[in-house]
Amino acid sequence: MNLSGIRAIWQREMLTFFREKPRIVSAVINPIFWLLTFGVGLGATVDIEGINYEQYIFAGILVQTILFSSIFYGAYLVWDRRIDLLKAVLVTPLSRASIFMGKVLGGVTFSVVEAAIILAFGVVINIHYTLYSISMIMITVVIAAAGLTAVGLAIGSLMTSPEGFQLITTFVIFPLFFLSGALFPLENLPPYLTVLTIANPLTYIVDLLRSLLVGLQYFSTLENVVITISFAAIATLLGILAFRRMRA
Amino acid sequence: MVTNTDSCFEQRLSKKFETNNENPKHKILKVRFLGAPFLLIVMPIIQTVGLTKKFGKITAVDNLNISIEEGEVFGLLGPNGAGKTTIIKMLATLLEPTSGTAIVNDFDINKRPDKVRESIGIIFQEPSSDELLTGYENIKLYAMMYGLPKDKIESRAKEALKLVELTERKDDLVKHYSGGMRRRLEIARSLIHRPKVLFLDEPTLGLDPRGRENMWNYIGNLVKELKMTVFLTTHYMEEADALASRIGIIDRGKIAVLDSPKALKRILGGDLVTIKAKSLKVDELKKLSYVTDITQEEDETKIIIENVSQNLQHLLSVMGKIESVEVRNTTLNDVFLRFTGREIQEEGESGWFDKIAQESTEKA
Repeated sequence: MNLSGIRAIWQREMLTFFREKPRIVSAVINPIFWLLTFGVGLGATVDIEGINYEQYIFAGILVQTILFSSIFYGAYLVWDRRIDLLKAVLVTPLSRASIFMGKVLGGVTFSVVEAAIILAFGVVINIHYTLYSISMIMITVVIAAAGLTAVGLAIGSLMTSPEGFQLITTFVIFPLFFLSGALFPLENLPPYLTVLTIANPLTYIVDLLRSLLVGLQYFSTLENVVITISFAAIATLLGILAFRRMRA
Repeated sequence: MVTNTDSCFEQRLSKKFETNNENPKHKILKVRFLGAPFLLIVMPIIQTVGLTKKFGKITAVDNLNISIEEGEVFGLLGPNGAGKTTIIKMLATLLEPTSGTAIVNDFDINKRPDKVRESIGIIFQEPSSDELLTGYENIKLYAMMYGLPKDKIESRAKEALKLVELTERKDDLVKHYSGGMRRRLEIARSLIHRPKVLFLDEPTLGLDPRGRENMWNYIGNLVKELKMTVFLTTHYMEEADALASRIGIIDRGKIAVLDSPKALKRILGGDLVTIKAKSLKVDELKKLSYVTDITQEEDETKIIIENVSQNLQHLLSVMGKIESVEVRNTTLNDVFLRFTGREIQEEGESGWFDKIAQESTEKA
């Protein structure tokens, strides 16, 4: 690992991201749009365990935002590869692991920025924060974003052309999102849905965040924490392996 | 390696390390040290040993054995798809060879790719600068990736930008640069860590003729000022002729011939006489002592003859009725044609710059 190299990769991501206005605009508008339409719209008629629906899905929207931004940020790598940007980085003496970590840091930073915007919006729908809850939420966001960015980078390093981008939404993002309990409670699900949901690491991230945001949880905190951290660690390891094998 | 020697031993040693002239593996310098004669054997800075790359059934690079001396400008000349970029990618450790290997600056590309990467700079065919960064930012970030100490990064970056005359535009975003400026920026970037070998993959592809000539000047100056070894690929004859001290002509993954531009042109042995005539007795012409080569294409016959001023008159007199005759010096294009049996592709080529232009029109 080479710290100055990791910093260079991260800095490059920051500079380019904040110069791409459309990316920032859609990153901010998207989650707010979801909250307003889905949450407030359905929330007018539905409440779950005494909690407003928009408050209930708040954790889900937060995770959805991190999910989209991290996976797409990582998979964007395929574009870097196609236009020779990445090649120039790969011929430097930086190790693949360092390049990978620099990219993950970039993905995490974006997610933290987006999460902060959404969390601020939480005040509008009466979410109560304490210093403890907000720090725990941010730490969870960082770990989850690291894992998801690693998944995205692994996908980006395996893809050969940007044409496969639609497939990522269909086969990675949507199943992970809809089977995570982000939009509905896990009690009373048909058995096949229960199995799929329990197998999805995102479920535990949603559950952990929901317990911190509105005090509702399905699994124990220990289960949630262990699975969230293990997911991030395993995803990072697999991502580094995929990066090592990547052809320029 | 330094060896004490006498003349007999010297001969034996020379023989031992001798290969053919086009492909010297070791340069042997005779030096005197403390009054005694020594042979100094200089290892080449790049040496490929049976370097081969296959993509499925296609052999892109076929058992390549070349060596390049330190300080030399080596040009790999060939049409698109001849395997030039694949060779550069393998030497720069971006692509693993199917078999064989290469030594770059004393390190094996298969065993120590990290060490190889430290000592090389490379400019790709396609632009690889970040459009959303300024020229200076691009260079600074790469300096960090090469692990330069902080206090050196700024001075080196400024020095490199000055060398390619981009100091005034250093704080503009690269997307506002012209094609030639981007290329120059990439040259500056690739020099930031003072590499010993610089790889240039089609350095002037997509540039207009003026931009191309400017680029030649930059590269020429670099070689002189920094005494770097340059390995360049091109499919422009004039480019190889203008820059390279030795040229390898490559076709379908194999080196067809390798020598200095002058020697290559000399291989053809004279000047080119192109004759248009209905009936020519080619077999009889071949018997003439000053004719070195004849090729026929439809109604045109290309004859290479020695010593034009003396022999042209005689050649024309034995030919009978002809429609037209054209005489000119042989060019590298003729050499290419002679060794590969086809013309190098020059026109109808869309370079990366055109591609970008095309893509932005598509977007709009």
